[in-house]
Amino acid sequence: MSKQPVAVVGVGQTKHVAARQDVSIAGLVREAAVRALADAELGWADIDAVVVGKAPDFFEGVMMPELYLAEALGAVGKPMLRVHTAGSVGGSTALVAANLVAAGVHGTVLTVAFEKQSESNAMWGLSLPVPFQQPLTAGAGGFFAPHVRAYMRRTGAPDAVGSMVAFKDRRNALKNPYAHLHEHDLTLERVQSSPMLWDPIRYSETCPSSDGACALVLTGERGAARTPRPPAWVHGGAMRSEPTIFAGKDYVSPQAGRDCAADVYRQAGVTDPRRQLDAVEMYVPFSWYEPMWLENLGFADQGEGWKLVEAGVTEMDGDLPVNPSGGVLSSNPIGASGMIRFAEAALQVRGLAGEHQIDGARRALGHAYGGGAQFFSMWLVGSDRPDR
Amino acid sequence: MTTAAELLAGIPGLAGVEPVTRVTIPARLEYTYSPGSAQTRFLTALPQKRLLAERCPQCTRVYVPPRGACPTCGIATPEQLELPHTGTVTTFCIVNIAAKGLDVEVPYCYAYVLLDGAHVGLHARIGDTPYADVRIGQRVEAVWDERRLGPSLASISHFRPTGEPDADPESYRRWM
Ligand SMILES: [Zn+2]
Repeated sequence: MSKQPVAVVGVGQTKHVAARQDVSIAGLVREAAVRALADAELGWADIDAVVVGKAPDFFEGVMMPELYLAEALGAVGKPMLRVHTAGSVGGSTALVAANLVAAGVHGTVLTVAFEKQSESNAMWGLSLPVPFQQPLTAGAGGFFAPHVRAYMRRTGAPDAVGSMVAFKDRRNALKNPYAHLHEHDLTLERVQSSPMLWDPIRYSETCPSSDGACALVLTGERGAARTPRPPAWVHGGAMRSEPTIFAGKDYVSPQAGRDCAADVYRQAGVTDPRRQLDAVEMYVPFSWYEPMWLENLGFADQGEGWKLVEAGVTEMDGDLPVNPSGGVLSSNPIGASGMIRFAEAALQVRGLAGEHQIDGARRALGHAYGGGAQFFSMWLVGSDRPDR
Repeated sequence: MTTAAELLAGIPGLAGVEPVTRVTIPARLEYTYSPGSAQTRFLTALPQKRLLAERCPQCTRVYVPPRGACPTCGIATPEQLELPHTGTVTTFCIVNIAAKGLDVEVPYCYAYVLLDGAHVGLHARIGDTPYADVRIGQRVEAVWDERRLGPSLASISHFRPTGEPDADPESYRRWM
């Protein structure tokens, strides 16, 4: 099947904050969409379809919010589609939109993802008791902390690695005007002395709770030829799923994540991701997930991810910068967080990332995961149009 | 960002009026849960302090709680078996913050306990020991809650250390 090349020509984000009391959910998504259209220098009439995504509805308690967002997103009279794959939804929403363009179904697609955590209680929403398990899972941190401990035990990684990642991401966030947390006074010592929430995960190694939205304008070759700023080209994109619980599931390095990355690299012709990629925007809601995903995504051998962190490889000036935007650890509007990773990867290869630009970035990976580490979505974007 | 007060100030007649920025509308969820035949057998055995599991005829993995089908092979798991009340801690965390609506006192130790003979971990609380002593590989046994025996995992109060030597890592490495 021949596929249209897909280009990202517009990126828009809101300034992520703890509470946007001045706008409704509709106002929030509208703001991101308007900014993405402005970046692409396009109007609502240029959009053929809208694809929207967010995390579970009962976070904000607004059931099927896409129904009421149609007019705010200019979708009246156009196809509109809602995507949901838990925390990875921002990524999978962008991929659904990209696939509509690649398949030639629509010429130009607007895709938007959001979360308004100030109007929700995500920890409650993620801790609902089920009859076949002891009700012990306290939010996402409670769910993931045992798997972080398993990683530490399995690899013998020193305790300091988690705080190094958190400190790096929060420092990177200072260069990103859209990031929620701008902790100018943070020190490594403060990260290390912050309270244990879900031992071994500390407060400062945990993502914040944010209000925010992200939007992308995706188009094909003809749209890209007319666009005023450099596009980012999609070189590969994939999603994978696996059950939450099955015998032999590796929570530390899930098979679905490895398969998803391998598929994306194959599509993009990447054989050595560590050397061939210039920047990575990785979904790291708890700092220890950086070394874990470095292994899962093929940037390091099993058990070696923490060594890259320790050696400074993933710093802004390292040879594989991870989360120059500050990542999920600095902004977490849950439903939007995956799309922000995809958007930030696109900004890097467009050369439009501003102060957190990695010089000369030509190939970048956007990554998201969700559920009980069971949904994965990734795309690899480049400055050059893919060959075929 | 324009504040709500600034917006109102621009509307004649509304200057100085207290803006409405938040309206709280409580939501409640109540579920009617149909456990199906496999979980019904599991749940009804709990008041008798019995732990029922099922084995997949193809991959031979043992699931507890059973679900009537193997998630990997996608086939029915008709073979039932009863598991002992002992197992191994495969991983854990100490939860220091309370989740709204969760009926557990913090801090508590939330662990994956691999019951002997099973291939998936049971979510459980570890008790009767200082949390600093809890470790991966530790051998534990179920402590039943005589007052709460019923068709629910609340029948198990928690797991406590048996005092046996730690399990061989190879026995649980693949089964979290
Ligand atoms: Zn099976």
